Amino acid sequence: MAKFHVNGEQVDFRGAADTPLLWIIRDHLQLTGTKFGCGMAQCGACTVHVDGQPTRSCVTPVAALEGKRVLTIEGIPSTSQGKVARAVQAAWVDKDVVQCGYCQSGQVMAATALLAKNPTPSDAQIDEAMSGNICRCGTYQRIREAIHAAGASLKKA
Amino acid sequence: MTTTRRTFLKASATLAGGLVISFFLPAGRGRFANAQPQAKTPIPPNAFLRIAKDGTCTVFVKHLEFGQGVTTSLPMLVAEELDCDWSKVRAELAPAAPEYAHTAFGMQMTGGSSSVWNSYEQLRTVGAQARAMLVQAAADQWKAKPGDLKCEKGFVLGPGGKKLSYGQLADAAGKLPVPQQVKLKDPKDFRIIGKPTRRLDSHDKVTGKAMFGLDVQRKDLHTAVVAHPPVFGAKVDTFIVEKVRAVPGVTHVIETRNGVAVVAKNFWAAKTGRDALTVEWDLGPNAKLSTDALAAQFRETAKTPGLAAKKADNPEAIKAAAKTIVAEYEVPFLAHAAMEPLSCTVELRGDSAELWVGSQFQTVDAGAAAKVLGIEPTKVKLNTMLAGGGFGRRANPASDYVVEACEIAKQVKVPVKVVWTREDDIKGGYYRPMYVHRVEVGLDAQNAIVGWNHAIVGPSILAGTAFEPMLVKDGIDSTSTEGVADTPYAIPNMNVQLHSVKAGVPVLWWRSVGNSHTAFVMETMIDELAAARGLDPLAYRREMLAKSPRVLATLDLAASKAGWGSALPKGRARGIAVHESFNSVCAQVAEVSLEGGTARVHRVVAAFDCGLVVNPMTVEAQVQSAIAFALSAALHGKITIKDGKVEQSNFHDYPVLRMNEMPKIEVYLVQGGDKPTGVGEPGVPPLAPAVCNALAALTGKRVRKLPLDDMKWT
Repeated sequence: MAKFHVNGEQVDFRGAADTPLLWIIRDHLQLTGTKFGCGMAQCGACTVHVDGQPTRSCVTPVAALEGKRVLTIEGIPSTSQGKVARAVQAAWVDKDVVQCGYCQSGQVMAATALLAKNPTPSDAQIDEAMSGNICRCGTYQRIREAIHAAGASLKKA
Repeated sequence: MTTTRRTFLKASATLAGGLVISFFLPAGRGRFANAQPQAKTPIPPNAFLRIAKDGTCTVFVKHLEFGQGVTTSLPMLVAEELDCDWSKVRAELAPAAPEYAHTAFGMQMTGGSSSVWNSYEQLRTVGAQARAMLVQAAADQWKAKPGDLKCEKGFVLGPGGKKLSYGQLADAAGKLPVPQQVKLKDPKDFRIIGKPTRRLDSHDKVTGKAMFGLDVQRKDLHTAVVAHPPVFGAKVDTFIVEKVRAVPGVTHVIETRNGVAVVAKNFWAAKTGRDALTVEWDLGPNAKLSTDALAAQFRETAKTPGLAAKKADNPEAIKAAAKTIVAEYEVPFLAHAAMEPLSCTVELRGDSAELWVGSQFQTVDAGAAAKVLGIEPTKVKLNTMLAGGGFGRRANPASDYVVEACEIAKQVKVPVKVVWTREDDIKGGYYRPMYVHRVEVGLDAQNAIVGWNHAIVGPSILAGTAFEPMLVKDGIDSTSTEGVADTPYAIPNMNVQLHSVKAGVPVLWWRSVGNSHTAFVMETMIDELAAARGLDPLAYRREMLAKSPRVLATLDLAASKAGWGSALPKGRARGIAVHESFNSVCAQVAEVSLEGGTARVHRVVAAFDCGLVVNPMTVEAQVQSAIAFALSAALHGKITIKDGKVEQSNFHDYPVLRMNEMPKIEVYLVQGGDKPTGVGEPGVPPLAPAVCNALAALTGKRVRKLPLDDMKWT
């Protein structure tokens, strides 16, 4: 049981305390943009922001969420990080990053968190921030290009 | 099939949309019929194109979109001949219907790198026919001759500046007969085909709106998680459900033919229930299965005579060799590990059912569902969902996870989504088979080849499937031998023998199928033979490929773009490989180093000939993707089995390529083909040998076994 916010709306969850945030988001709130990939914080497909930090929702039990603010891919464009998120999404579209697209919500959330802290990351910093997010289509090269492009567009703006 | 088709044709005549032009292509007849407009259903069940009153052109994509870009490349084919405004083009995934059958393979499916080439004339014809009807409608209105009218970006233009949009003409055009004969454009007049075009599905995929199979929501939808056998072929003996029933939200615990399913109100309850389940298994004949033992057995088998896939002109020639090189190669079982775990949603409504699944095999899966559910095939509506990758796993002749979902739905009588966890996926079989190759090459005194004996040992993908009678010829499963028996190299006196052995492990096609291992063997051996002959690997290949101009040209392009032969920093080396598969050719040059005893790939330069390029942007992406996928496997990929149990379970022990391991990739396209050939897979095969050849150049050590993680360099 916990009370917390998802995309600005209060959630009062009364189910099992070990329920991971991912399944509250997907099954209870029916926000399906956040994906299930591994269930053990290995792939990053489930990345959301908890109090601004990129977080693996598949291993975050509801018990740890009391009073926290959760943002998902559906909610982030209309928040204080929205400008960064929209720049990331625009760069993803412009660089034609996606293939199957299944990991991309998580990639966008991770990249948004990175650029919010550091709008001009080096390749090494991108590796460090993004290597927890697996893409089986191997879109990494275009992700890297898109992060640089999004950073540049934010600097200009 | 015949009954199904007839029923669908009839249905389409009564269900067509109101304010749209809808077409359908009766499979195998090669002409279009025009569905009669009716008010009720907006989308006919078998349309290829709909033009709405606002001018929006919606193309219904008959193939599965799982990353390869068909929701963009197939609409491009229609749009080209239709001369429509690309900004008004939309793509929708078509449901399963006989009219959407693959034009060469006769069933609705996605695989074999064939989506674009099999649609190339079909969808251009759709566009051209729609265009002709729109022109005729305008001509009727203007009392002009169709030949005097032009089309441009979604408008028909007439004499004296007359102009009508496709949207304005859609209704009238929809009432016209479909022209039997249309002339397709000369490729030199293409405006859309060949132009780098951004994907139509990007926006939905970066905003979380795209709906994948796992995202299906239905009223009262339950989730099933299944306890699968710990050993392939094991059967449920008994199971204890008390602890499972105590989990809040669990509604059913039922036995299926491949395990025990826990059904619950949501995923977490189902998974918690599944984990609380105690199952006693009758382990069966595979209880002691071990991949180490299989490898040893395969190696022995390779020394015995097998079935001939290719016979030497002179099998005695090799006996006169001055020198013989013998090499044994081994490649492991590999899981597909697509990003989206498998799922299938089934809603059974009396004598009909609806399925939602990211399927590569709609026809097969819908048929299997009908059989399990005990209903008519025409009563199964299969909705193809976006799939988070597949790589062959969603094209299972056994329809395993679809059958499982249907079995559960039939018992629980509520809408149910079966969800596989990552562990279920990694441990669940249907792997790229493990193979051993034994190669004996006889050389003369000048180290030129005089004979080549090649034995391949491994499980057959096709054996025991419905495809076996059609595709296995004289006992030879060509998915085991492709890339060896049909090598473009001028190798004299080549014998290829196949041993299709039963291993007790379910196997399946995995991106590039047989080429995923045969290219590794052929191209590392060719490199070794170049060294024996005292020639540069490129020079030797050029000599051996003199009669294969397309392969040669692709090889040359990769070599020149990579700066083959130019100096590299100390500690780095290059390797080259070329392979023809799916009627395309890909050559790659890899640049490697060893870092702390681990192979590191810095750069891969690829040259690719896939014939006529429809969308250069997605072709480049597919080659990048193929390289990343192949590098994952070359560096890390292996499924091992001990005491009957798969030893890997998730991405921590079945590692895949991550951002920090991604090399810089450059892709160069060979221009000039007149028809498209395969794109999604042919980039996979050359990667492993290019990397291994580079490592051999660096260290002097030849790699004979993958993955490279198991290789000791010092």
